[in-house]
This record gives sequence, structure tokens and C-alpha cells, in this order.
Amino acid sequence: MNPILQLREVSRHFGGLLALDNVSFDLRPNEIVGLIGPNGAGKTTLVNVVTGVFRPNAGRIVFDGQPIDKLKSYSISRLGIARTFQVVQPFPEMTVVENVAAGALFAAGAKDLESAKELAIEHLEFVGLAHLAGSSASALTLADRKRLELAKSLAMDPKLLLLDEVNAGLNPVEIDRSLELIRSLVGKGITVLIIEHLMKVVMSVCSRIIVLHHGQMISDGTPSEVGKDPHVIKAYLGSRYAAREEGNMA
Amino acid sequence: MRRLLLCLVVVFVLVLPLWGNNYIIRLTTMMMLYSVLSLSWNFIGGFAGYPSFATASFFGLGAYSGAISQVHGVPMFLAWPVGGLVAALFAAALGLAILHLRGHYFAIATLVVAEVLREIVNSWTDLTGGGMGLNLPILRLDVNAQARLFYFSMFVLAIMTVIAASYVSKRRLGFGLRCIKQNEDAANMIGINTTVYKTTAFVLSAVFVGCAGAFYASWVNYIEPGDVFEVLLSVKPIVMVLLGSSGTVIGPVLGAVVFLFLEEMVWRNFLTFHAGVLGLLIVALVLFLPGGLLGLYFRRVFHWKESR
Repeated sequence: MNPILQLREVSRHFGGLLALDNVSFDLRPNEIVGLIGPNGAGKTTLVNVVTGVFRPNAGRIVFDGQPIDKLKSYSISRLGIARTFQVVQPFPEMTVVENVAAGALFAAGAKDLESAKELAIEHLEFVGLAHLAGSSASALTLADRKRLELAKSLAMDPKLLLLDEVNAGLNPVEIDRSLELIRSLVGKGITVLIIEHLMKVVMSVCSRIIVLHHGQMISDGTPSEVGKDPHVIKAYLGSRYAAREEGNMA
Repeated sequence: MRRLLLCLVVVFVLVLPLWGNNYIIRLTTMMMLYSVLSLSWNFIGGFAGYPSFATASFFGLGAYSGAISQVHGVPMFLAWPVGGLVAALFAAALGLAILHLRGHYFAIATLVVAEVLREIVNSWTDLTGGGMGLNLPILRLDVNAQARLFYFSMFVLAIMTVIAASYVSKRRLGFGLRCIKQNEDAANMIGINTTVYKTTAFVLSAVFVGCAGAFYASWVNYIEPGDVFEVLLSVKPIVMVLLGSSGTVIGPVLGAVVFLFLEEMVWRNFLTFHAGVLGLLIVALVLFLPGGLLGLYFRRVFHWKESR
């Protein structure tokens, strides 16, 4: 199957700091892929480069057969890439349903505000926020805001969804509900890239995991492969621990 | 209810010249002119949340292009749209150049533009008459007929502005601008072409002001740079919108009406200190009435609903 997203030798630097260094990978349709890495590994930069917030300094990004590395954010999102933000970004003075309708209206091409609102209600039901449709977005709890963020992205009718730490700050019960939601996305024909710190999350929902460290891709494989990869252990737990592990294995 | 209000306003405007004296008519014309300015600022400042101080630039530019066209033989009614067109084109170019600035930076950039334009007009003596000002062709009509002519013309322009504002407010453009006001990054991310939206808002905030400037030139028959590029022309519409309620259609009109009354009263009673009183008014507004007069009304209505 043709990949939905292709990154080829993508690099991005900020001054002297190489945030992304020759990153290449493919996402196939209907995959749930985890993107993990220690703090400052370049995960969010990668999302920003894919969504056109930053241009890559080198390399190519192809989405659904079309190069997108020179496009602006708004046209990329109209092509079908949606993202959630690590720090939630609602329109605070609008109601919940208006927030979601905005996604349907501007990215998914709903023909007017009314039909966009109808679509928005459906998405709110899907994430379980329909009962709060009329309240102001600024009045929501963090968990609800994260779900609002998800509903807004879904309303954009994406083919690819980039979830940047949607579970950070949630309690275990909320995380379980959120994981169910993420799993059900694949049924809608959406490819998902999850950026996450919580190992429980990536290990349980992802079919494949990509590991970034200092802007470089150090591992790409199934959760169990990645868990055993000495590079990954080294990046997360330090080189002395990795050496000891290797000694134990031998 | 809103229809009724509109009908009442229209009837009032049509009937007023029958009994009103020229002072009342002049005041009402001014009121409508102020409404055009505040509604226009509301496109960029109220909907999109960009604190523009460019109103004076658009007004002055409209006034001078209208006046110069009239001096060169263009009929008055054609000179007004010329003023609007010039202001709109200027806004489009200026917007593309400075609308990527946010907050204070945008405000300062727009503030400077009016000063630059004023200097250009001041020194381009061949075309504009420079600091000497510019005289417009005199209308061969008696004073009463003139007052009524400008009164009704201004009414037409005000109605056009109201229609544009309510159209934008209900449609995709207004919704997108509100998104930009609240969170521009997120707006970009959900597929809003923010550059196009903001520039459109900026052009809308210029076109009617440009017409109004050209209208003003014909109305007062003589313009000079210090008069039509005055910084107060940029500040007043902002105060009016804040006074009414920003991001709505009725708010700016209400603000313009109330502001004109306040201004007339302050002018009359504090002849030497009117600017100071105006300043105090702005401070009081920000401190005690952040949602404007309409906000007060909404608060009442919501309280009433909640308490039931």
C-alpha cells in the first residue's frame, strides 16, 4: 500500500541547534504509530514541520502523493492533516460547538456555518462532549479541553491526525477513555501519529513506534522491538545502564 | 425586534429634516459619519482583534483623493467612491506589508503611517496644496439644501456600512476573523488563510472610511493635512467601539451616538480641557465597562435568565 506520509531526510535547525537531523520514515494508511523520545528530542518540531508551522531546511515531505514541504499551514490542513497541540489551543470565547464547527467550516469545507454546526455536534457526540456543546470553551476542565481539541481536529475530516501529547495531564481513568477513542479512529479511516511521553499509552495502542533522540531517528519497529533496542535504552536510561544490560544478556 | 429598531432609525432619519434646524442636521450627519468610522474600525479591531490606528490614514487619503479628483473636474458623487477606492487599495498593500505584526507592533506601525502620509501631503505642494490646504469647488445650492444633500448622502453611506458589517458578522468571514482574534495559530491550523482574511478585514476597514473622507472634503469645502490626518481620527473610533461593544454590529453605532453626545457636552463645558476629559473617559471605560454598553445590557439579560 502507498504510504500516506513520507519523510525523506528531513532536517530543521534553529540557529546552531539541530532539532531534526535527516529524519526519514513512512506512515501507511490506517496505522497508529507512536513517536517517542526524551524531552527536547524534536518530537514537537517534527509535528510543526509536517504541519507547515516551520519549513524544513532540507528534505522532502510527501502527503498522499503530494509534496507539502513548501505549503503553508492552512493549505496543509485543507489537504487532510490535522493536529492537536501539546498546550491546548481552543478559541476561548466561543462555545464548544463553535470551536468544532470552525474545523468543519474551514478545513473540511462545510458549505455554511449551520451545516458546520450540525457536523460539529456529531463529532462532539463521538468524543463525549455533546452535553457541553453550548458552554464556553474556556469553562472546560483540562480533560474536556483535550477532548475538544480532538473533536476539533476530527471535524477537519483528516486523513492523518497528529496527536501531540493529548494524554498529558490526564488521570488514569481519563487516559483509558482517551485510548478507546484513539483506537476507534482507525475505524474511521484515519492514520494516527501519537507523540507521547506515557509509555503505557504507546505500548498499548501503537502498532509501530518511532524513537527520536537529539533530532535523530534512532529506532523504528514494533513496541517490543523498540523496547529491546539498545539505542533506545541508552537514550532513555543512560549508557551505563545500557552497558550493564548488555553484560547481563551476555 | 432588530427589524423594528432599523425601521425606527430609517423613519427618524427621513423625518428629521422636516423639523430639525441646520445644527441638528449637522450633528446627525456627524453622528452617521462617526458610525461609519466606528463600524469600519470594528472590522479589523473588533472582529479580527488587530488594534489599528490607520483610520486617520484612510480618512485623509480618501479626503485628498476625493478633493483632488473634484478639483480636476470629477463630479462630486463620483469623487466619493474614488476616495474609497484609493483608501482600499492602499489598505490592501499596507495590510500585506504589516499584518504579520501583532499587538503593539501592529498598532505602532499603523500609527506611523498616518504621520508619513501627512508629511507627504504636506510637502507635495503641486498636487495637494501642501500646508496651505486645498479648496474644493463650491456647490451652487442654498445652505439648507446643501445640509440636506450631505445628510442623506451620509445616510446612504452609513447604511452601506451597516449592511457590510452585518453581512460579515453572520458569514464565514466574520467567523474566521473571530477565530483569528482569539487564537491566530489555531486559526491557521484549522485551515483559515489568515493573511487573506486579515487583509480583507483591513480593506473593509478602509473603503468606507475613504468614502467618508472624500465626503467630508466636499462637505467642509476646505481640507488641510493637519485636519484630515489628525491622530484623534484614529483614536475616536476605537473609543466608540469600546464604548458600544466590539465585534458586534449595533455596538459601534451605539458607541458612535453616545460618544458624539459626550463629545458635544464636553466640548461645550470644558473648552480648554476637553482632551483631558476625553482621556479620563477612556480610562473609566477600560476600568468599569470592559464589555461596552451592550455588555452591560447582555449582563442584565443573562442575570435575568439565570435568576428565573
